Amino acid sequence: MSLRSPMRRVLGLGSAQSGVHHWWLQRLTSIALVPLTIWFLVSLLALPSLGYETVIAWMSQSWTALLLVLFVLVATWHSQLGVRVVVEDYVHGAGTRTLTLVIVTFAHALIAVAGVFAVLKVALGGVR
Amino acid sequence: MSRYSLATSIFNRFTGLGLSLGLLVLVCWLMAVAGGARRYARTLHLLSQPLAQIIYALLIIAFCYHLVAGIRHLVWDTGHGLERTQSQRSAWLVVGVSIVLMLLVAWCAWFTGTRTP
Repeated sequence: MSLRSPMRRVLGLGSAQSGVHHWWLQRLTSIALVPLTIWFLVSLLALPSLGYETVIAWMSQSWTALLLVLFVLVATWHSQLGVRVVVEDYVHGAGTRTLTLVIVTFAHALIAVAGVFAVLKVALGGVR
Repeated sequence: MSRYSLATSIFNRFTGLGLSLGLLVLVCWLMAVAGGARRYARTLHLLSQPLAQIIYALLIIAFCYHLVAGIRHLVWDTGHGLERTQSQRSAWLVVGVSIVLMLLVAWCAWFTGTRTP
């Protein structure tokens, strides 16, 4: 038995007026993060040291750079989706909530761009 | 005992928030690498402090739990394991598997010695 009205079923939107978009992205990013986080942890632990030369050599490899960029992007996206839900659940008052969401979104964008920039700078030989 | 559902759910949120902060540490580290040898040495010194080591331990715990609990959520999304007895069993499974994973990661980190470069 469904509690959804026929109209809602036609429109395909929930009470948030955005359908399953947020839910779907949260799932999609979480599925991607399973291999990405495991790869990151294993390859970091496999490094002989965290010395500068070692890390530069590691990040200069094409596959490492590619996966690191993916990891940073997907992780910040997933994080933004998750923190957003927590803010929506626990921060009350429309003004405060909106302001918090703006700050959270900007912070995540900054983290994502900084991470991608750093990886690309090293991978493309900007650091020697 | 009867609140296992609440506990596993709220802990998933807590660990998720913690990992968001961990992302900040990761990006600081990446920016330090991009900043050159001297900048990296300074940041690495900062990231090797005892307080930082505690943060890494907490991040490992948070990551392992969030990973396993997240997979449980993905299984639920397929419509499986939603019966009360099943979710009760999987709650304990999540705790057990994530603890094993934590110990494994901690052991690897200790064994390879990359924690203290």
